[in-house]
Amino acid sequence: MTPIVRPVTVPSFWNDTGKSGVAAWIFSTDHKRIGLLYLYSVLAFFLVGMTLGGLLRIELMAPGRTIVGPQTYNALFTVHGVVMIFLFIIPAFPGAFGNMVMPIQIGARDVAFPRLNLLSWWLYVLGATIIIVSLFTGDGPPDTGWTFYLPFSERTGTNVSLAVFGVFIVGFSSILTGINFVTTIHQLRAEGMSWGRLPLFVWSLYATAWVQILATPILGITLVLIIAERLLGTGLFDPGRGGDPLMYQHLFWIYSHPAVYIMILPAMGAITEIIPVFSRKPIFGYKMIAFSSIAIASAGSLVWGHHMFTSGMSDRAILIFSFLTFVVAIPSAIKVFNWVSTLYKGSISLEAPMLFALSFILLFSIGGLTGLILGAAATNIHVHDTHFVVGHFHYVMFGGAGFAFFGAMHYWLPKFYGRRYAEKPALAAWVLMFIGFNITYFSMMLLGVKGMPRRYYDYLPEFAPLNLVSTVGSWILISGVILLLINLFRGLWKGEPIGNNPWGGATLEWTIPSPPPTENFDADPVVTHGPYDFRKTGMP
Amino acid sequence: MTGPHHQDHAGAKLGMWLFLATEVILFGGLFLLYAVYLARYPHEFATAGREMHLVFGTVNTVILITSSLLAAMAVTAIQRDESKTAVRCLGGTVFCGAFFLCNKYFEWSAEIGHGIYPNSSRLATGSPGESVFFSLYYLTLGLHGLHVLIGTALLAVVAVRVQQRTIHASNYALLENSALYWHLVDLIWIFIFPLYYLLL
Repeated sequence: MTPIVRPVTVPSFWNDTGKSGVAAWIFSTDHKRIGLLYLYSVLAFFLVGMTLGGLLRIELMAPGRTIVGPQTYNALFTVHGVVMIFLFIIPAFPGAFGNMVMPIQIGARDVAFPRLNLLSWWLYVLGATIIIVSLFTGDGPPDTGWTFYLPFSERTGTNVSLAVFGVFIVGFSSILTGINFVTTIHQLRAEGMSWGRLPLFVWSLYATAWVQILATPILGITLVLIIAERLLGTGLFDPGRGGDPLMYQHLFWIYSHPAVYIMILPAMGAITEIIPVFSRKPIFGYKMIAFSSIAIASAGSLVWGHHMFTSGMSDRAILIFSFLTFVVAIPSAIKVFNWVSTLYKGSISLEAPMLFALSFILLFSIGGLTGLILGAAATNIHVHDTHFVVGHFHYVMFGGAGFAFFGAMHYWLPKFYGRRYAEKPALAAWVLMFIGFNITYFSMMLLGVKGMPRRYYDYLPEFAPLNLVSTVGSWILISGVILLLINLFRGLWKGEPIGNNPWGGATLEWTIPSPPPTENFDADPVVTHGPYDFRKTGMP
Repeated sequence: MTGPHHQDHAGAKLGMWLFLATEVILFGGLFLLYAVYLARYPHEFATAGREMHLVFGTVNTVILITSSLLAAMAVTAIQRDESKTAVRCLGGTVFCGAFFLCNKYFEWSAEIGHGIYPNSSRLATGSPGESVFFSLYYLTLGLHGLHVLIGTALLAVVAVRVQQRTIHASNYALLENSALYWHLVDLIWIFIFPLYYLLL
């Protein structure tokens, strides 16, 4: 068995157990190895999703057929959504950085249930495999959109049942991660690591874990019901047999709106780690940021109805869901104000992680504010199911969670490899991504305001110029991503070695060697100061 | 596969309670559908509810409550280090689980024999509310039956391990968690029984 290349030769979790074959990785219960397994799995699916998204943009570059037919187009946007949401962005933060960083940040040697953690990854791989198999078997890949709306997903002849089953398994993996993280954060904090000294990334993962535990089972039962509709003909969502398709939409969004917070909360947590370190200033409003994570998780679980304003709901229900949607904006804004206040009079260092963090604030704010346009009942009617929605959620999901993920990769991965990337190509990649991103998705919002519907194969000639602009933007964006990944991983394998604390952070992961040993800490740490108390780090 | 396994009792129990919460929510989706469709089709639900076999439901309720008592007694027995009693109690629970599933088999056979099952021609020609009721009935009780099956298998494994002395007075987290799981199965039935057999 060929040993996996070790980045640095000092004793670390890469080599100190003496086991480095493939089996020692895919059956390891070490949280750092499992975190890296997740990282590479989600990145692989990100590249798949990105390719599909690129093809979608090429198809929409000009009216009429460009490269694929309508049925393939439907499959493309369905699989792009399923892969990006269920296989990339939901598992990305908790699975990769939650696993790698969180136990170290609370001063633990591992998560509470290391074997369950390994099972989570295996379930993820199994679910992902089933989803991939569903694309190439049966009567073609699903063409329903990632939302699997009934009754269409019952009637379509494509391979929906198998894909839905794969998503069900991935959901189970997400639940187990949530259970593991809540237990870990309750039980395994080091001495002196009080709740008021938890790094805010841990707070955000804690809130996320509760959403994973409480919302995902609803997705589970909803997916089971889709399969039952298709295989047993239960007719629970079929108006012809007394069912109601609206009930499906309710059940689906009871999970899928809180799922948005599974995607964005840990991203906000990562940003909250990066900003104070690169501003050389303690975080402003620690308690309010911790509180707002919990507030977003709770209030965000009650707003699902805003996806259904045009589906047929009473005016009173629309009013309540619209009001609650605006309530969620408050804790989100609390976070933004606290980040900006942290920057104020800070000694800001514009290195790659910080650039991603700063662009997160801007892009997330645009995504959040356009979300209020969609959350307001009156304006929603005009832009519902248009490209405005597509632009909006890409600003939140990609401009928010995605950019935060790339920032976190630059911030934390050097810790686990003991080497760092080159700064200049990283900056160039960020510039390309930032420009490309805004061209791609801002054009979509403009198209939506002009009335171009989403998920349509063809469009009127007046939409052609902006569609062309958006597609060109996607090429810039993709080239930025490719440059970023090449530079980052080249650096992690061959770059300049780093010390324990290259950025001057004050959380526990920066007190141990880079890369860390398998046991993380030589002796159980005793925490004596807060996570953003930079006076104690001994850095200039 | 080295590395510390923090198998402290408190952690294992917290994890189990969180898992049980997810199970409650899983069934919660089906109960939510029941509530909405009951409000929409009160008369059809009442008509359909009269076709339920109250005897099967009542007997199964008694069986499950007894089995839950036995599971709780097994936990107390292992705490007192009385392995033999624990094994007997667990054996009783497993027997009750199997008995429950046998009843379920006969009940469903009778109903399917009468042409009551999802997408049957009898339900297709009947009123839509009745078809919804029976679809929900089969899905909810089917999912519950699956949990009974898993719980029974789990408790059987635990009984063997108590017999082999790998579960004992100072290490019984698995027994306690399996008993908790069994109580959940019982708890869900306590909601199913009145909703499908009694109220309508």
